[in-house]
Amino acid sequence: MGRYVARRLLQMIPVFIGTTLLIFLMVYSLPGDPIKALFGDKAADPATVARLRHQFGLDQPMLTQYWNYLTGLFKGDFGQSFTGRPVADLIGEAFPVTIRLALYAFAIEVVIGVALGMLTGLKRGKFVDQLVLVLTLIVISVPVFVLGFLAQFFLGLKWQLITPTVQDSMNLGQLTVPAIVLGALSLAYVTRLTRTTVAENLRADYMRTALAKGLPKSRRLGVHLMRNSLIPVVTFLGTDLGMLMGGAIVTEGIFNVQGVGNTLYRAIQTSEGPTVVGIVTVLVLIYLVSSLVVDLLYAVLDPRIRYA
Amino acid sequence: MPEKTTVNPGAVAGPGTTGDTVDLAAPGVGAAAVEAAGGPANKPRSLGQDAWRELRGRPMFWIAGALLVLLIVMAIVPSLFTGADPDHADLRNHYLGEPQWSHLFQVDWFGYNKQGQSVWARTVYGARASIIVGVCVTFAVTVFGGLLGMLAGYFGGWADALLSRITDVFFGIPLLLGALVLLQAFTNRTVWTVTLGLSVFGWMQLARVMRGAVITQKQSDFVTAAKALGAGHTRILFKHILPNAIGPVIVVATIALAGYISAEATLSYLGIGLQPPAISWGVDISAAKDVLRDAPHVLLIPSAFLSITVLAFILLGDAVRDALDPKLR
Amino acid sequence: MRGAKSATWVAGAIAVALTATACGGGSSSGNNAAVDPNGTYTYYSTEPQHELIPTNSNEVGGGYIIKNLFRGLVDFDAKGKLRYQNAESVESTDNQHFTVKLKKGWKFHNGEPVTASSFVDAWNWGANAKNAQLNSSWFEPIKGYEEIHPKEGDPETDKMSGLKVVNDNEFTIELSKPVSTFKERLFYDAFFPLPKAFFKDTKAFGEHPVGNGPYQQDGNWEHKVQFKTKKFADYKGVDKPKNGGVIFKFYNTDDSAYNDLVSDKVDIMYKVPNSATSKFKADLGDRAVNEPYGGQTTIAFPMYDKEWGKPEKAKVRQGLSMAIDRDTIVKTVLKDAYDAADGWVPTVVEGYQKDACGEFCKFNPTKAKQLIKEGGGVPGNKMTITFNNDGGHRDWAEAVCNDIKQNTGVNCAAQPRPTFQQVRNEITGKKMDSAFRMAWVQDFPNISNFISEQYRTGAGANDMGFSDPELDKLMDQANAAKTIEESNKLYLQAEKKLTETMPSIPLFFDHTLGGYSKNVQNVKFDTYRQAIWTDVEVKQK
Repeated sequence: MGRYVARRLLQMIPVFIGTTLLIFLMVYSLPGDPIKALFGDKAADPATVARLRHQFGLDQPMLTQYWNYLTGLFKGDFGQSFTGRPVADLIGEAFPVTIRLALYAFAIEVVIGVALGMLTGLKRGKFVDQLVLVLTLIVISVPVFVLGFLAQFFLGLKWQLITPTVQDSMNLGQLTVPAIVLGALSLAYVTRLTRTTVAENLRADYMRTALAKGLPKSRRLGVHLMRNSLIPVVTFLGTDLGMLMGGAIVTEGIFNVQGVGNTLYRAIQTSEGPTVVGIVTVLVLIYLVSSLVVDLLYAVLDPRIRYA
Repeated sequence: MPEKTTVNPGAVAGPGTTGDTVDLAAPGVGAAAVEAAGGPANKPRSLGQDAWRELRGRPMFWIAGALLVLLIVMAIVPSLFTGADPDHADLRNHYLGEPQWSHLFQVDWFGYNKQGQSVWARTVYGARASIIVGVCVTFAVTVFGGLLGMLAGYFGGWADALLSRITDVFFGIPLLLGALVLLQAFTNRTVWTVTLGLSVFGWMQLARVMRGAVITQKQSDFVTAAKALGAGHTRILFKHILPNAIGPVIVVATIALAGYISAEATLSYLGIGLQPPAISWGVDISAAKDVLRDAPHVLLIPSAFLSITVLAFILLGDAVRDALDPKLR
Repeated sequence: MRGAKSATWVAGAIAVALTATACGGGSSSGNNAAVDPNGTYTYYSTEPQHELIPTNSNEVGGGYIIKNLFRGLVDFDAKGKLRYQNAESVESTDNQHFTVKLKKGWKFHNGEPVTASSFVDAWNWGANAKNAQLNSSWFEPIKGYEEIHPKEGDPETDKMSGLKVVNDNEFTIELSKPVSTFKERLFYDAFFPLPKAFFKDTKAFGEHPVGNGPYQQDGNWEHKVQFKTKKFADYKGVDKPKNGGVIFKFYNTDDSAYNDLVSDKVDIMYKVPNSATSKFKADLGDRAVNEPYGGQTTIAFPMYDKEWGKPEKAKVRQGLSMAIDRDTIVKTVLKDAYDAADGWVPTVVEGYQKDACGEFCKFNPTKAKQLIKEGGGVPGNKMTITFNNDGGHRDWAEAVCNDIKQNTGVNCAAQPRPTFQQVRNEITGKKMDSAFRMAWVQDFPNISNFISEQYRTGAGANDMGFSDPELDKLMDQANAAKTIEESNKLYLQAEKKLTETMPSIPLFFDHTLGGYSKNVQNVKFDTYRQAIWTDVEVKQK
């Protein structure tokens, strides 16, 4: 196990470097000069521009810039945004909000998704099953931004149950609707996935054995069935956390949540390189770590899998 | 060319005893199916035929199919559905005009948007962008991702390690995020630039699926047999392995298609996909968000069509999956 | 994404200038409420883009805070007249040599007295190329600027030779050549004084600015949340606050700010979002403000383009202008948040005259077609209107294009660019080949500012590459005029002359769409569309 983890961690290094390099090259080759943009619609003073370019290292070759960035990163320095604020500060402000939102969405999809999946898996073909299937199909078909607008229109404007946009991004109550919208798609997938595996495992030999052994229903369903049915669900959920953070771009925009998505979107639009690269770097790290955790969880849940 | 010489023996060996298995298996559903089929006397059904038989019996397939045919016709000849010009605007009379639900298929069926343009006409004409992007991206990622996956899976070793890491690198960047940054580089964006943006960051899943499928097939008897007979890499890959490995790829690609349509609309909505004067559901939804309070129909109608299109492709994907990949059912 | 917006730039110099509008803003409703002189109120704003240093802050988020923390030598009073603040007098006989005398007793928020060095050192620091300040070009007229801010390389000096401290309360300014409006320019943020503490640690100062203005920072700058200020007891200016402090609340989207305004969670908002323009009157009643301010919108043409530069195309532009039904667009798409323009100078600006643009800004499709034909038509019968998609311009750009298309048959398309920055790059690079959005917000409320900054040959904001020697001559005469009235008259002539060449088509005059909560009264907006901060009265709770 230890060796497996070590190998995986080693594999992460080229992937991490590759991903950050990719985003770095893309962002820094965007058209438009972010330094000149600092002057707004006034003519940019060439001497000041040259000095600022030098200050941000923009006058060096791209790969040198990347190398400097990377070495800075290992010292825990995310660099400075073009407007002079440490990117680490921006990250420190935005991530807590989005992590909160993503975890909220995540909790919703795990709890409701697995519950609905178990229910429909056990009652396959019944009315509940059909209903949930149709509902999940609808949720999967409606793009997230449309779903967001529907929620905003009906809950916020028409029935006035919520404020149309979030007023305080750290307030869990206000984050409920955005979290549901953000997690809806994955919720539908989790439901369908759980339903399939539960139905499949119900027919498995070990379930029959458990029944024959006279184990109580709660143990059969709660331990035997649950544990085996959750393996594919866990895989899905593991990669999903990273996706939720990315999907926040749309949801945070609609509901005005001051998180990573909003910050990132604005930074992309203004070619604010250091901010984009900084945030994406953290997202990549989260993605890499969560996929490692999923693989390890896999081993815990499925005794047949042993990592050497 | 070295391939020529190696290909010929394989083809010649066809009627032979070992070659028999090869030729039967190659277009078939895999080694297991061949074993089950018994001897050469039973004329084996191809994967495609099998799938078709499966599909025919499913009502969902027919519903999805009918919807898709309708949408595709809409995309190709929108003038069949509406005589109105989607660009014609009249502020004086039609600013945010209400829908006239009884005026089926007429200019004012779904009312007018804030520029005084017919929402129905724009919705009809908007189908084209969505479907072109969806289909083209799917095609591009299937070819590109499939090819990479095949190479990685078949050759293994260094090639696999390298290609898998490259796949990992791209996997680290979410589709929407990558496309956002890439498309920002284009000032004039058309369906083709959007297709490019989504393709560059959309191929990884297909590469992985293909790689997995190829690795499985690589170990099967018929490949070993073909190798023993001296078949070249190209022949083995495309004649023997590909037909057997393509099933899961088609399944994933069909389901992904719906996702790409949704992604195109999302990008356009974010202002980084298609841009006016191009007509697209995403563009129109984006323009309508400010009048959500005054005229929700302007936003809801294109949203509904977008969702129905995505739904149709998902249903098709589900049906194809069930038909091609019974294990996943 | 909704709500994502680029920084709003302070075009040129938006002063704190407390210039009253003709129509006076919403005067307070329910005047009977008792006023709490120490009550604070919240003000809608956006997170500052830079550290809070006057010489480096050029966008509204930081600008509005700085304008309240600092007072310069001069500023504008409620009637738009220049008045002395920290200066006792600024004298010059030749517009090249100035003697500045300071008022005594002015203090910074940390107790340090404001002296001549507070100004001179601050200006030298701000002009120094080493410090790469975004507003450094404001010091350009001062003698010695070239040495402290060389085009390339490091400066050899850290002082401008044109600035000399006489004693604690007096310093002199020498310019490299006479500038008639230099005294007026001194109102701008770049010329604010800085305390000694600033030079010890500029970074820390950026987080905790210390000024000499009516308000001082209260607590820490809570990034992305708010910046609190409180009344500065030792403030010596003429505009002593009638309230206890301003809290700048930062919003990412106008929508959420608007919701807060309706529920009295933010007290003053100078900008109502597009999604609320149709109902904000109903929501706020007489606390809603909808009045013109000193800004206008036009579509401009690249006069450097081979086709558009031809003299006969003036007729085409006149025709295009007449094909636009401004009134209908204003009433429908823009929901009365703008006025249809009848010239290049907004109504609230000194020197405005009705119908300066004459028949060419009146909707007349028949004449439009005729003029376009006479001018040889639009090149290729195709045109675009380029605009930035991050500023809410899409609606009118499309509506204008639709009008042109429907009424003249010219194939017109509104062409968005994702960001303001991208459009600016194309415009300043002279890469346009068709029409583009051009707008102007006043530096100061006078007709000269609207004409000379954009239409003089080679002017800083002449995005069109437009040049008319006769127009330049008129402006020269106006600048040399003895009285302001005479100057205004000549500028009006220049404005009317613009219709002959029509390098840009006037479209709309901008409105302040604002409002305030039930907690405050005596809220007035100036022609810069800012509330007069110090005059706001907070009702007793």
